[in-house]
Amino acid sequence: MNQKDLSVQIGGLHLKNPVLLASGTVGYGNEISKFTDISQLGGIVTKSLSLKPRRGNPPPRIVETPSGMLNAIGLANVGVEVFIKEKIPFLKELNTTIICNIAASSLEEYVECTKILESYDTINAFEINVSCPNVKEGGLIFGNDLDWVGRITEKVRAVTKKTLIIKLSPNVSKISDFAKIVKEEGGDAVSAINTLVGTAFDIWTRKPKIKNITGGLSGPAIKPVALAKVLEIKRNVDIPIIGIGGIMNWQDAVEFMITGASAIQIGTVNFINPNAGVEIVNGLNTYCEKLSLNRLSDIIGSFRL
Amino acid sequence: MYDEKARVESIEKIISNTYLLRVYSPLIASVIKPGQFCNIKVSDSNFPLLRRPFSICEVEGNYLHFMFDVHGEGTRLLAKKNKNDFIDVLGPLGNGFTLNGEYTTAIIVAGGIGIAPFPFLIQKLSVDKKVACFFGGRSKENVIDYKMKNISIATDDGSEGFKGNVVQLLENEFHKFSDEKVRIFACGPTPMLKAIQDFSIKQNVDCQISTECAMACGFGICQGCPIESTEEDGYYLVCKDGPVFDSKKVKL
Repeated sequence: MNQKDLSVQIGGLHLKNPVLLASGTVGYGNEISKFTDISQLGGIVTKSLSLKPRRGNPPPRIVETPSGMLNAIGLANVGVEVFIKEKIPFLKELNTTIICNIAASSLEEYVECTKILESYDTINAFEINVSCPNVKEGGLIFGNDLDWVGRITEKVRAVTKKTLIIKLSPNVSKISDFAKIVKEEGGDAVSAINTLVGTAFDIWTRKPKIKNITGGLSGPAIKPVALAKVLEIKRNVDIPIIGIGGIMNWQDAVEFMITGASAIQIGTVNFINPNAGVEIVNGLNTYCEKLSLNRLSDIIGSFRL
Repeated sequence: MYDEKARVESIEKIISNTYLLRVYSPLIASVIKPGQFCNIKVSDSNFPLLRRPFSICEVEGNYLHFMFDVHGEGTRLLAKKNKNDFIDVLGPLGNGFTLNGEYTTAIIVAGGIGIAPFPFLIQKLSVDKKVACFFGGRSKENVIDYKMKNISIATDDGSEGFKGNVVQLLENEFHKFSDEKVRIFACGPTPMLKAIQDFSIKQNVDCQISTECAMACGFGICQGCPIESTEEDGYYLVCKDGPVFDSKKVKL
């Protein structure tokens, strides 16, 4: 196989290929590394970190829905201290780009987490989660509010020189306004989209199928929504976009890039096929061969209307 | 751990709603242990989207056996597989039963399809261990005794064996084991596991329970299957830290 140039650029961040594993779907990399070669991927985005550990929501946390799943994990994570001590040594050896996702319940906590992690060279970029639908404080309260997203971007920008990505919520009326404020406040890129708020009920017990009542919908069911959001941002704001939402294979990845994504993240598919990322990278290479493209990045935003 | 395209060798109905699936899966068959499980993709499409977890029922050479009840869309599709169809099997996953140790009799307590992991456990027990099986089901039609030894049966309606639940039956019979050092291995619905957990704590005997939870990945990345720990303020994951736990370590 002739190796094509699959590399892409997200602000100052160079990725060897556009395939990233999404936050909250790969932990800190160790479990999935038993099934796939992470070094072949563009990078991984680690599970949302908060300053202190979070135990997460009580069960049931997930339920399958048509072509998708709802989850309300509740940002279960080890906290910054344990992350530094126990997870960074493993991440250091992965030979791929490491993007550290941060979720917090206050502006101060976002800033504090970023400050602490700024000095670790293993971390190449930050992805700020302002859009988790499953926690009481923070999460969507920030993600739904233009001022909050602007302030968080501004304050985190002030404490990091690394690439700064803001992960946007689709649960808003106009996502491009949020991308615009991220750009104005110095963010380098946006990830779009986080999960859509959804719910499911048992018709016999009349109870919600997940304890949290609502959860985040992911999987192929949300792909058309995600593509529309990526396209909306692309047509309105000049900022690199990382496309996320229901990507299952390389064809889906190409579709996202054509609508404007500079890179993509895969999430739910990792639960079904832990080697999907590597398969997508290979598929992208074949796509370039078929079209005689020397650089995959030429297709970014190349939609014809 | 392997992601193996396994060839279906046979699928047979054992009783009304319970099936036994045999697949050729040499890599997983060579390493899997009793109480571990595999996460199976039952279709090539996005319907159903997620894999389905099944505990290993038995291993015969290069073949894995899974026992399952048809319960929803996933198991309905699985039951319709034909010989030489391929299914995608991820495994072995999780921690199985601990078979070694200072005990003379293994007491197996199973509720309904909770019997699934025990044929393999019995196969792997060292020859010096005695086995006594206790099975509980709703009624006569639901009794599964596939490859069980020394089985005592309880049914809710009394249509076969003891009338009542399987833990009550064990309580009645437990005096028979007064000269033995026992270890209990249990699998079944959560109310049954809770009863056997209480019983084992009261009797101060070793008890390992195989737990169940809806899960997506099966190997620790989705964090969808928490079970509360009794030891610290937090959760274990059923898939990665279990599915078999020392019964004292989890809150049911």
